[in-house]
Amino acid sequence: MIEMRELRKTFTVRVKAGRLRREKREVAAVDGVSLSIARGEMVGYIGPNGAGKSTTLKMLTGVLSPTSGEVSVSGLRPVPQRTRLALRIGVVFGQRSQLWWDLPLGESFRLLRYVYRVPAAEHEARLRRCRQLLDLDAFLDTPVRQLSLGQRMRGELTAALLHGPEVLFLDEPTIGLDVVSKQAVRSFLGELGRTGDVTLVLTTHDLADIERLCRRLVVIDHGHVVHDGTIEQLHARYGSRRRLVADLDVPLPPGFTLPGATMTSTEADGHRVTFTLESIAAGAAVAALVTAAQVRDLSVVEPEIEDVVARLYTDVSGAP
Amino acid sequence: MDALDASVPAISPRRPIGASVATFRALMGSGFRRYATYRQATIAGTFTNIVFGFLRCYVLLAVAAGAAGGAPGGYDARQLATFVWVGQGLLNVVGIWGWGDLADRIRTGDIVADLVRPVSPVTAYLAADLGRAAHALLTRVGPPVLVGALFFPLATPSRWQTVPLFAVSVLLAVIASFTCRYLVNATAYWLDDARGPLMFWTLGSGVLAGLYFPLRLLPDWLAVTLWVATPLPGLLQTPLDVLIERDQPALQAGLVALQAVWAAIMLALAHWVQRRAERRLVVQGG
Repeated sequence: MIEMRELRKTFTVRVKAGRLRREKREVAAVDGVSLSIARGEMVGYIGPNGAGKSTTLKMLTGVLSPTSGEVSVSGLRPVPQRTRLALRIGVVFGQRSQLWWDLPLGESFRLLRYVYRVPAAEHEARLRRCRQLLDLDAFLDTPVRQLSLGQRMRGELTAALLHGPEVLFLDEPTIGLDVVSKQAVRSFLGELGRTGDVTLVLTTHDLADIERLCRRLVVIDHGHVVHDGTIEQLHARYGSRRRLVADLDVPLPPGFTLPGATMTSTEADGHRVTFTLESIAAGAAVAALVTAAQVRDLSVVEPEIEDVVARLYTDVSGAP
Repeated sequence: MDALDASVPAISPRRPIGASVATFRALMGSGFRRYATYRQATIAGTFTNIVFGFLRCYVLLAVAAGAAGGAPGGYDARQLATFVWVGQGLLNVVGIWGWGDLADRIRTGDIVADLVRPVSPVTAYLAADLGRAAHALLTRVGPPVLVGALFFPLATPSRWQTVPLFAVSVLLAVIASFTCRYLVNATAYWLDDARGPLMFWTLGSGVLAGLYFPLRLLPDWLAVTLWVATPLPGLLQTPLDVLIERDQPALQAGLVALQAVWAAIMLALAHWVQRRAERRLVVQGG
């Protein structure tokens, strides 16, 4: 459904060099990205700020033309065939609005029916479904400029779906939303993805979005793909480790070690210790600790995707 | 989302022309309703138009009284008063000032939302602008013309073709004005900020469109140059000259034809600039 081969986008930046002179410098926002996304896949596309996520999305939607490389979406070349492609894709840019600012939300939807030339019955059916799932009825008559961010985002999602797109691009759809709105958006997208007909590419900084929705995770940094696989593969590859947190009656003696694990923190005057398990199974570590110390409470903590990704970002960014 | 997915392969039935007209009409409607929501602005703007109408009218009548033969630029007092009062109403229909939406959207990067639609931005904005003009036609023309008629003797058309010619002329003026504004706004693609060009446009367009004084007061060579070499007299001066029958029927129709040529050129230019801009576009923001 989506093919990218050696996709590159460079921007020319003018840098001050001396009093009047300015040097042109090429900056690669996307630097040789190759990806293939099949119909019905839900892909999380993540990376630190400035990694090239939005630039990729803009090239996929035909808004920006690539400097080099090939890209096709739905069998179309995005830039030259942008208007045709527009009929087949839905786009939500979390920080932008595609609704008519001065008009009521319902009016925007009605206009979109004409803009995308959707037959009335199809439009009605899709709108009815979105109204139910996203609870739109309370604010359909409110001008878009008066909507809260959460309400507007639900409107944006609906607007992106009313023409029945094959591919949905979501650029930070949950940015700035409260917990309830985030959940509403996520469960809606989950529902949408379940049928497997809509291909979804999601960029976000909220990894919970990805964990709930996307089987596949693509991590990009400095314009390069640094990971492409499932979340489990990411954990395995970057050595996510489980942690053992123990509350002790008496602090451990100085110089205490647990073979195959390192003590990563001590709190409460040594009454709480955390070990990161490296080459030891959780069961063995628990047994070893219990024989060596008076343990009051104990828990094994699964690795957090946030930690893995944070490590990944700093690793890659720190690399020369 | 069964309903959403069922129709994925077939996008929409292809009835190109009928569907395009429906799309254009819907977008026009959006422009109309957008302006209809700001009633107080409409009332305040109309009031201002009327105040300035009195000032302009008294100045021009004083000029007429002082001119040799009492007909400066070939206008008599009735024609001048009509020129001013209909012009005050038409000013908002043609809308030469105060449109920076496109430049703002380019500067903030919101233009992305326009580019992912299956309609060219030029076409979409033109439709919305015609809707805006239709709203202004209904709300902004009547009051100044009425006030003008109460306080001054106005000229009424004597030829049968004047009214239809005037209608066409106004439509062409709106299109030409829109394309000029679009091009001024589109400089933001290159400059990031179109405030400079917009200011320049605001200062220049009023003078060269005939708002401050009828362009016929200028020497012939200059007036002809303006008409032929720029679309600007077509924004206001031509429709008003057509309405007050300043010229013989042949020239009256010829001026409207000239407007049509300029409207076509400017529309093509706007499309061309938009395409150029898209090729080098840098969308602002993440």
